[in-house]
Formats: sequence, structure tokens, C-alpha cells
Amino acid sequence: MAYSEKVLDHYENPRNVGSFAKEDGEVGTGMVGAPACGDVMKLQIKVDPSTGVIQDAKFKTYGCGSAIASSSLVTEWVKGKTLDEAMNIKNTAIAEELALPPVKIHCSILAEDAIKAAVEDYKKKHGA
Amino acid sequence: MFAPVYLDHNATTPLDERVFAVMEPFLRDRFGNASSRHEYGRHARAAIDTARAQVADAVGAHPSEVVFTSGGSEANNLFVKGAAGSQRGGVIAIGASEHPCVREPARQLVGQGWRMLELPVMATGHLNTTASAALIAQHRPRLVSAMLANNETGALSNVMALVEPMRQAGGWLHTDAVQALGKITLDFRALGVQAMTLSSHKIGGPIGAGALVVAKRVDIAAQIAGGGHERGLRSGTENVAAIAGFGRACELASQELEARATRMQAARDRLEERLLGLGARPFGGVEPRLPNTSYFGFDNIDGETLVAKMDRAGFAIASGAACSSANPEPSRTLLAMGVEPDVARTAVRVSMGPHTSLEDVDRFAETIGAMLIELKRMAAVAV
Amino acid sequence: MKFPIYLDYSATTPVDPRVAQAMIPWLTENFGNPASRSHAYGWTAEEAVETSREHVAALVGADPKEIVWTSGATESNNLAIKGAAHFYASKGKHLITLKTEHKAVLDTMRELERTGFEVTYMDVQENGLIDLEAFKAALRPDTTVVSVMFVNNEIGVIQPIAELGEICRARGIIFHVDAAQATGKVDIDLGALKVDLMSFSAHKTYGPKGIGALYVRRKPRVRLEAQMHGGGHERGMRSGTLATHQIVGMGEAFRLAKLEMGAERERIRALRDRLLAGLTTMEETFVNGDMEARVPHNLNISFAYVEGESLIMAIKDVAVSSGSACTSASLEPSYVLRALGRNDELAHSSIRFSIGRFTTEEEVNYTIELLHNKIGKLRELSPLWEMVKEGVDLNTVQWAAH
Repeated sequence: MAYSEKVLDHYENPRNVGSFAKEDGEVGTGMVGAPACGDVMKLQIKVDPSTGVIQDAKFKTYGCGSAIASSSLVTEWVKGKTLDEAMNIKNTAIAEELALPPVKIHCSILAEDAIKAAVEDYKKKHGA
Repeated sequence: MFAPVYLDHNATTPLDERVFAVMEPFLRDRFGNASSRHEYGRHARAAIDTARAQVADAVGAHPSEVVFTSGGSEANNLFVKGAAGSQRGGVIAIGASEHPCVREPARQLVGQGWRMLELPVMATGHLNTTASAALIAQHRPRLVSAMLANNETGALSNVMALVEPMRQAGGWLHTDAVQALGKITLDFRALGVQAMTLSSHKIGGPIGAGALVVAKRVDIAAQIAGGGHERGLRSGTENVAAIAGFGRACELASQELEARATRMQAARDRLEERLLGLGARPFGGVEPRLPNTSYFGFDNIDGETLVAKMDRAGFAIASGAACSSANPEPSRTLLAMGVEPDVARTAVRVSMGPHTSLEDVDRFAETIGAMLIELKRMAAVAV
Repeated sequence: MKFPIYLDYSATTPVDPRVAQAMIPWLTENFGNPASRSHAYGWTAEEAVETSREHVAALVGADPKEIVWTSGATESNNLAIKGAAHFYASKGKHLITLKTEHKAVLDTMRELERTGFEVTYMDVQENGLIDLEAFKAALRPDTTVVSVMFVNNEIGVIQPIAELGEICRARGIIFHVDAAQATGKVDIDLGALKVDLMSFSAHKTYGPKGIGALYVRRKPRVRLEAQMHGGGHERGMRSGTLATHQIVGMGEAFRLAKLEMGAERERIRALRDRLLAGLTTMEETFVNGDMEARVPHNLNISFAYVEGESLIMAIKDVAVSSGSACTSASLEPSYVLRALGRNDELAHSSIRFSIGRFTTEEEVNYTIELLHNKIGKLRELSPLWEMVKEGVDLNTVQWAAH
């Protein structure tokens, strides 16, 4: 399986690996995928409640190199974005950035889903 | 040193050292299984891809049409049984002088919904294409297999003449091009057949690799199952060294085709001139034919005996197809050409290679001349 | 050390340099066609072919006349199973095999099913071994051919061939054994084993690719329908020009195996024990397949909560397999591990380490350290591992549908 340089870079040096406390009011957690499908992504965002801007993000991923790279990449992308801006990140942009082959497109879709799930979790906590 | 003059290139050829150079790494450090995903496997896979392109290039086919097998026999079996296996039945027609590895699998089909028909050959050893076309129109075979170059006579048949009749009959046309490869220009597309058999060891490649070149639209039922290698048509761990060697041998054969053919033909023509002077009776020997093959006999001199005596004198030749050399029956090809059995038993085949020299040929002719005198004296005594 | 470290001897082995040495003259000097009866090039080649046949027969306690050359174990398996099933079809059309057989056997069985045969694919026990009582129960009056592999290619377990042979012989059933993974690893004595047909491969035993053999018993005589027709080579059982250099390679490889397998097996066992001890100090690692009835050359381990493809990517300094080499192109979980009852996740996260003649202690040590580092890193990345560590039972989690 040939991986792009960018996938390899994220895979070898994943950014923002880790976890925030789920209960923290400033944290939104998205967990998508299933072990049986071979991919589980957990993406967490930490939001400044006054501005609605994502201050920090962390992830953990069980999955192939492309899944790890996709989630690592989106933790970089969401930082500094508002929740609405984050919701606009499209899987096609992720796939393009990482030069994912067709069989790995589902990894980028999963990463987009993870962002949405994290944002929704945050909004739910804040009664949105 | 054991080095008789080798004049049996239609049986097998010496391995070209440039081919060996390509093979050797796979017998040493590059030993991976081409199905493995790690580096060892990827090297092996890349070598097979290269070889597939080389084989395809040599015969004007697309690489995806090349299915590697363990050799020509398997490729012929794969076409005959494989193409038959994907159909309900019907008529299969084969040339009367086909190699046993076409004839025998075709015979196996008889009774399993198939009827076998022979396409006649002429006294020259060529396929009688007029009669064949008529038979095809009459019996509408689902499958036809007709060899391009005969291994014994070297006769080149006009297989192309069967393309249109087969198109009208709606069946598949296959040609065994094992003896033609490397000796004449081969173009899968121009030929118009749907399938073609090739072999590595007749062109300076190793024994153990061959290919069925087959158009995608021909349904072939795999004959060796298990793992789905070669588009599912031929399973089994690929023989990387032999396949790589086969590819390189094809490449060299195309590059050097003209030079080789010219040399071989010069040697053959010289030989035939000398043999005719000695009273040889040619079998076939009519154009169009391969540039390297001479098939002949001397009246009342048993071919087997002559071949054995020539071997002791340091010349390796054959009395017929290598595969059936153990068989004391006269050549089926000659019988199909209408040669009387007693005359057929005199047949001797000399097949040149690109390195056969005119000196070799002259020494051969001198030796056989002396041998004839001796054999005739013995025959006279026996009478 | 040479990278990547080769621990994939079950996929293929390097040609032993001594084997390559024996082969090369048959490529470069003595190039004759062994079927050429009319000159010395042919006879010399034929003689070499027959000497090699003796070497192959000697390793497995057979008579040279019982050895038929083929292009490899896949062809041998096809020839044995189809050849016997068709020849004995008038006696019955029921065949038995295991779910954990190699594709060469399973796909052949599937093909026979399409042409009117009935096949029972037996489950194996959790340790990968056949249950003899269940086997007896599966036999029917119309059972004609049974095919069970000697050593499994993925998990290395050794099936009870002697016992199965007794059962089959008592009922007049043809017993075929795929021994591609067994030669040079376990002792095989066809004089004692009641096996009728046995498939061999050269390239799993330090010989070249493209050559194999089928043992066809003469007493009591076993009959086959040929699958490849032509000039009548190999007593009519398999036509096609014999590749002398490859046959010589297989002969030499099997000759060396007979001489060296005893000592080699113990050396490899020590390496395997070291690898096993080194890897199983990690939490949540599971060995697949029985540890007793198993060749020491194979160690198949699942590393839980690590995804298989990322694992392979992480350990690219070692050349290993995450399933059978033949199915590596697809990302299907190994059907062998599923047959042992492993779930898909564990099957996906399994690695087959196969140790061989040229494996060193240094390489094993390096591999252990590499695995510790990489598994540690991937688990650090794994949300599943985090949950397990928090005491969450993953089976109770509602996974978001995807």
C-alpha cells in the first residue's frame, strides 16, 4: 500500500494525541466508527465559551494509517476556528490534503463525522 | 568436455546469459513471494509486472492479456479446457498436426458435450486453410486451435485465414505460437486470434515459464484453483525467476529477431543444400516456414538409428518432437501429411539456434555423409 | 542486520545458496530437455531429474516412483483432489476438508461443488486442530476423498495425520495431505503414514519457486485423472517439459532438509521461545493456535486494541504477514483465525512471525524491542485501549453507526 508523504508524516508524528476530561464544560467529544469496521476515532475540542472559538483539540484513533493521519490533520485544522467554521470542514478537503487513495476516502468521511459529533456534543452541553 | 554440437533448438534452447543475469537475483537475495505486501514481495511483484509488459510488447498484446503459466503445455491446456469449461459444449476443431498438449486436452473433452474435429494439413505440412474454412462454416466450432509454426516441419500456417470463418461461426480461435515466437514477427492484434500460447525455453529463456495471451472477452475457466493469481485464471505462487527470465528473453528476441533469423536461415540453407546433395528426402521444406528447421530422411535409413549414431559422433538432433521421442510410433504430423509410415520412420529433425555456425553445419553434413555410407553398407550386409 | 528483517518464511523461503549453486549449472551449461531421448543433453538432464526424485522421496519415506513433478503445491493440490475425486466419482461424490485449509484446497473444493460434488468443510477446535470424533461423524458411505493439511500455513498447527490416515484407510477413503508447510519441519514417513496423496512445494523449504511434487501411493495403488494433458510426461499424470534446474533445486533442498532438519528445528525452537517470551510480556496479547501440536517455525499473535494495517505499517522494519500471503491483497480478516473463533478485531490485529534457517538471535531481539515500542505507541493512540484501561467493557458500548 503506497501512502502519501503527508499521511506518513502524520502517522509517524501524530499531532495533538491525547484526551481532555469529557465532563469539562468547555470540551466537546465526538466518537465515531466501530471496532468491527476497523476504525474508531475520538476527537475532542476545547472551546472558549466567550468567543465560541476552538482553542485546542485532541484525538485518539484506532485505525489504519490514513485514519490516524485524517484525525491528526483535523485537530490542526479546527484550532482557531469557530464552531460553525469547523462544521464546514469537508471530507473532500481532508482527502485532497492527504492525497488519500479511493479505498481510503472513508477515513476522511469519518474525520468529518468526528468534527460534527464533537461540535454537537459541545452544543448539547450548552443547551444549543 | 561434454559439448556436442546442439542442433535441437525446437526441443529446448540454451539459456541466454543475459537472461540468466536477470534471473539470478531472484535465486539469491530477491526471493520474496509476489503476494507479500512487504518490500521483498513488492520487488517480486515489480519483476513480474516488468516481465508481463515485455512479453506483451514482444507480441503486440496488452499486458493485461498475458496470463503466466508453467509453460506452453499448461497454456495450451488452459485454453482448450478453460475455454471449453466456460461453455456448455459443441465442436472443438484442432489442426491435424497439433502438439499433444492441444490434442490430448481436446480429446478429453470428447464425451463431455464436445465433439472433436480435425482440420486437415497438406502434404507440405501447412494447414489446409481452404478445407478448414469450409469445415468451420459447416460445423461452426465453438473453439479452434491451430498452430502457427509446426514443431517438426517448421511449416508456418496461415492461421489468419481462419479468423473470418471463426468470426462468422461465433467461436474462439487459438494459436499455439510456441515455435513461432522469436523466429518470426508475431502480432496478436494483426493475427486476429483471441488466444495465443507462448513458451520461454524455446527462445533462450528458462524452462518453467510460458503464457497464454488471451483477449479479455474470452471466458476461461481456471484449471488450477487457489488464491486467484493471474486474474484468477492461474493460481499458485509465481515463479518469479523464470517469469523475469521469460520477459527478458522476449525482449531480446524482439530486438534481435532479424539478425537471429538471418543467421539461422543461412545455416539451414547451407545444411539443406548439402543434405540434398547426399540424397535426402525433405519433409515439408516449403515456404512459408520457420528459418531454423530442417526435417528430412534418407530412404531405408531409420531415423532413430541415425540420430543415435549422430549423438555418438557429437551432434544433438531429434527424430521428432521431443515430448514424444520415447514413442516408437511414426510421427503423427508426417502421417497427417500423407507420408507412408515406413518413410515417416526415416525422419530426422535438425533445428538451428542463433549461435549455430556454418562450420557446425559443414561438420554435421560431412559426418552424416560418412555415416550414410556406413549405414548403407550395414544394410547391404543385412540383406 | 539487513532490513527489513525477514520473518515471513511461511510465505516463501530464500533459495539456500547451496541449492542455487546446484541449480545454476543446469541453467547455464546443461540445458537439455529431459524428454529428449536422442542425445546426451537430454539424458544428462533426465538423470538429474531422477536423482532429484530420489532425494524428494527420501525426505518423506516414499519410493521415487511415487513422486510426480508439478509446478508447485497449488498444482499438486488441484491434481490430487480433482484427479482423485473424478477418478473415484462412480464410488461417491462426497468430499471432506477443513475450513482452515489453504485456498489451493478450498478453491479446488468449491470448483468440484460446482460440478456436482458435495463437500463438507469441517470446523476446527479453538486451538486450530481437527476434532477426530467430529471427523468420524462427518464420514459418509459416499465419502471418497478427504483432504487435510499437515501444517497450517497461518498458525503452524500440526493436524493428527497418522490418526486421520488410519480412519480413512479403514473405510477405503482416499486421503490427501497438503504438506507444503511441513517438509523440513516435521518428520514425514509415508511408509508408516496411511496417506494416499501428499502435496509438496520447493519454495517453502529453501528451494526455488515454480516446482513442486505430488506423492501418489503405489501400494495400495491410488489412481488419478490427469489434469494437464500432452506428451505423457510423469507416467501420464502430468504433461509438460520438465524444468531440470528447478527440479534439481527441489532435490537439493529436500536433501539438505533431511540432513539438517533435526538440528535446525531445535535452533528455531529456541528463537521462537525467545520471541514468544519477549512478546507475551505485553498485556492483551494472544497466541493463535495450539502451542503443543505446532511447528516451532510459526508464531501467530494477536495484539488487542491495535488495528492491523497500522500495525503492519508501524513494523515495516520486519517483513511479516498479517494473514496468508495469498490473501494479503484484500483486507478481509483471516478466515483461518475466524475459524478459531477469533473476532474480526483480533483477527485483524494478528501477526504471523515465521522463523527460518537464516534468522538470527539479534534479529529476534530487535523484533521484540520494535514490537514493544510500536504496540505501545499505537495503544497510546487507541481510544479503545483508553476505554479498556478506564474499565469500560467494549461490548457494552453503543458504537455510532457509520
